[in-house]
Amino acid sequence: MAQPLTFVLSVPETPEDHGPEPSPYDESEVHDSFYQLIQEQSQWVAEEGLELQQREPGPPETPGSGHQTLLGPEDPLVHSTATLRILASMPSRTIGRSRGAIISQYYNRTVRLRRRVSRPELRGVGRSARPSLRLYDLELDPVALEEEEKRFLLVKELQGLPVAQRDHVLRGMPLGLAEKRSLREESRTLTRKRRGRRGRRGLLPCCGRLRDACVLALHSLGLGLLSGLHALMPWRYALKRIGGQFGSSVLSYFLFLKTLLAFNALLLLPLLAFLVGVQAAFPPPASPGAVPAFTGLELLTGAGRFTHTVMYYGYYSNTTLNQPCVPPLDGGQCSREADGLPYNMPLAYLFTVGVAFFITCITLVYSMSHSFGESYRVGSTAGVHAVTVFCSWDHKVTQKRASRVQHDNIRTHLKELLAEWQLRQVPRSLCGRLRQVAVLGLVWLLCLGTALGCTVAVYAFSELMIKSPVSTEQEGALLALPTVVCVLNLGAPYLYRCLAALERHDSPVLEVYVAICRNLILKMVILGILCYHWLGRRVGVLKEQCWENFVGQELYRLMVLDFIFVLLDTLFGELVWRLISEKKLKREKPEFDIAGNVLELIYGQTLTWLGVLFSPLLPAIQIIKLLCLFYIKKTSLMANCQAPRRPWLASHMSTVFVSLLCFPSFLGAAVFLCYAVWQVRPSSTCGPFRTLDTMYEAGKVWVRRLEQAGPSVSWVPWIHRYLVENTFPVYLVSALLLAVIYLNIQVVKGQRRVMYLLKEQISNEGEDKIFLINKLHSVYERKERRAGRTQEAEQLAGDLDTW
Amino acid sequence: MGNKQTVFTHEQLEAYQDCTFFTRKEIMRLFYRYQDLAPQLVPLDYTSCPDVKVPYELISSMPELKDNPFRQRIAQVFSEDGDGHMTLDNFLDMFSVMSEMAPRDLKAYYAFKIYDFNNDGYICAWDLEQTVTKLTRGELSAEEVSLVCEKVLDEADGDHDGRLSLEDFQNMILRAPDFLSTFHIRI
Repeated sequence: MAQPLTFVLSVPETPEDHGPEPSPYDESEVHDSFYQLIQEQSQWVAEEGLELQQREPGPPETPGSGHQTLLGPEDPLVHSTATLRILASMPSRTIGRSRGAIISQYYNRTVRLRRRVSRPELRGVGRSARPSLRLYDLELDPVALEEEEKRFLLVKELQGLPVAQRDHVLRGMPLGLAEKRSLREESRTLTRKRRGRRGRRGLLPCCGRLRDACVLALHSLGLGLLSGLHALMPWRYALKRIGGQFGSSVLSYFLFLKTLLAFNALLLLPLLAFLVGVQAAFPPPASPGAVPAFTGLELLTGAGRFTHTVMYYGYYSNTTLNQPCVPPLDGGQCSREADGLPYNMPLAYLFTVGVAFFITCITLVYSMSHSFGESYRVGSTAGVHAVTVFCSWDHKVTQKRASRVQHDNIRTHLKELLAEWQLRQVPRSLCGRLRQVAVLGLVWLLCLGTALGCTVAVYAFSELMIKSPVSTEQEGALLALPTVVCVLNLGAPYLYRCLAALERHDSPVLEVYVAICRNLILKMVILGILCYHWLGRRVGVLKEQCWENFVGQELYRLMVLDFIFVLLDTLFGELVWRLISEKKLKREKPEFDIAGNVLELIYGQTLTWLGVLFSPLLPAIQIIKLLCLFYIKKTSLMANCQAPRRPWLASHMSTVFVSLLCFPSFLGAAVFLCYAVWQVRPSSTCGPFRTLDTMYEAGKVWVRRLEQAGPSVSWVPWIHRYLVENTFPVYLVSALLLAVIYLNIQVVKGQRRVMYLLKEQISNEGEDKIFLINKLHSVYERKERRAGRTQEAEQLAGDLDTW
Repeated sequence: MGNKQTVFTHEQLEAYQDCTFFTRKEIMRLFYRYQDLAPQLVPLDYTSCPDVKVPYELISSMPELKDNPFRQRIAQVFSEDGDGHMTLDNFLDMFSVMSEMAPRDLKAYYAFKIYDFNNDGYICAWDLEQTVTKLTRGELSAEEVSLVCEKVLDEADGDHDGRLSLEDFQNMILRAPDFLSTFHIRI
């Protein structure tokens, strides 16, 4: 694989400059700012002994041992300055640390960037700051370029890049800001000069200039948007305070809330633009009967005054709005309406909801895969001690008390890790393991049983509600089913927490995952039963009435009551519990339950997605709810809670949250939507699909009309007939997808194997290096001893002479 | 926004914007933070690029840094002469690298320099002991500290030479997805 490198080792003959201060580093290669420190260090090392002396090397003739300590300059420097000089000029000592090396390394990178035809992926270009020997031959290449020349070449290469990429490269360089500014300045002046010279030459450079101007304009537009977005992004200071006081883990909950706000806003925009706005501009003829008066109960039940508004499905007309005037058959005049674009409402309804869901799906999958890519790595083995030492201090924490809590947490975590390691050496007995499995099985059985019990309760209650229909006077009774659901959703997690205290897990993170799993199962099963209740039973019962309105209102009620119960839970769960635990139990403040709160958010979002088809304004209500929730939770957190004591992998958790949002939550809502659109018969008295068999028929009707319209748009019916209605393309696409997934798995397996081999190779190279250095050391020691002996002999001879 | 500020020339502000991860507004905000640290020392007019350094004691008294056990190393790494006294360029550089938009490799490079207490280009056992002591405020016994250091070297040292090079460190950081979120200072 590697070309054989010829090592030209120029070793100084005798250490004649064996001065009192052997400076082990070549001065010109070292980073300027550390020169002083290194000088001082080497002086100190030369004068005093070293605490590292206790690490005596093992016998250097056994290169197979695990840890070979390096006999480097840390050893007493009295001997072998020559060895030190050689070690100091080793490429690994000089490359990657000095400014010149960084500059030349980036020069090589940009050369490679420029030479590629397609747009290069900067992230893929070499990860480490240490270039390979082949790219940068410090000692081996006799024609080594000076730092200044390399810098000039780097500047020239930077000009070859487009502006945005140049800025990207500059920002990512580990150089000082002053250095970067001068590089940027130089690359710009040279570009300007070059542009000035070439500008007289004709058309082709003109395109280059135009392209540059466009890119610059886009770049400044992008920056303007970004700064505008930053100004729009609310809560910057609030998030900073939360992060400062509680750390990244609690912050992840609030960031997730912000993400959900963005998703809802994205969902709401097309709905507002294409459905609500249009229908509000062309209201349908007023329904017969008096409009009920506004009582406060509407805010909770969503019925009453709100029924015949843009909020619900039933309000939307099933005709084409703004249709061009067709004169009536009896020869009368048609009233002159505004002539604008005809707007087919049923089609618009179907398409808008579909497109909104599709956009949400794409955004979710993209953010999930992005977050997954960031947090999981191929071949990532447990390096938990190293990760704890280097990555666990959260630099965002700024308060003194929180900082102390962090110190305590890290210390406790390290102690736990050490204890675990010592415990692992004592394997648990078979009896103990069996007992643990039994307890685990029992607890899981109880939890699943609870979930089943809750489901049966909801089912029974819903059947009861069907059997006793509610008249218009008793609208308050409509709140009964949502209340039961919310109480169960709130009570069962507490039961789970009590049960979880029985089982003892090895790792605290596993506890959190298990708790999330159980809560998720409960919520999803309850939602599943409710969906069956709506689409299976209610449709049959409310045959002549507007069942879609009813379902929309039920979802509205569920959302509002869920919000109220979360408020109550925050009040009692956090505030009152804190008062009790401080006054009576004399314990610390309660911890902020991140998992439970996040699941609440996911549950609320699922309700929104379930209800979008039947109530297009539901995302707006969700946005209002999320905004209120942010301030309430923040206030409660600051007043009542403390940060969780368990170590919390914040980024793994946010990946898990987004995955949970995508898979059970969004997928379930999408399945519900598809079933409602494809299989369920819409009610015949209200809504945009009154006269059709299924909602999907609106699309079919349109396609048939297009077929009759003529050959110019015939590709749309063709696509519909052969790609959408036909099942063969679906099978083909699924098969292709499976093949791609399988190939990816195999590629990952191969990469893991390559990584294992490379790790072994690095380890072997390290052992070779130590062996060679020790050999070198011994060679020079022998040489010096011999030189010392001859010197002594000469001195003795001289003494004899004088005597 | 708009061009009403008189602290920097237009070109200077653009240069800062292109070379850091901050927008114009954030750079101005950071400048005023810097100026607040030493109002008598820092002029309000940087068009002539004055050579002003805010001493380390004032930097370490910033609320974002004052409870950080590594604040001295951070200031030393980002300062020009390694003594902790920072110019405006150093200040902006520091917060730019510690902002959330800086890429992983850049942060890993500077994190390595921060944890390399003796600036020899490697994280040796002594550096590790210093790190662990600072992390736990000296509340672990010496035996526990050395045990932890040993395990860290076991896990992260690829070529088994008894210390961590930059590549070992970066390899380890790759496996730590939390690094990006913890090595982040909000300002």
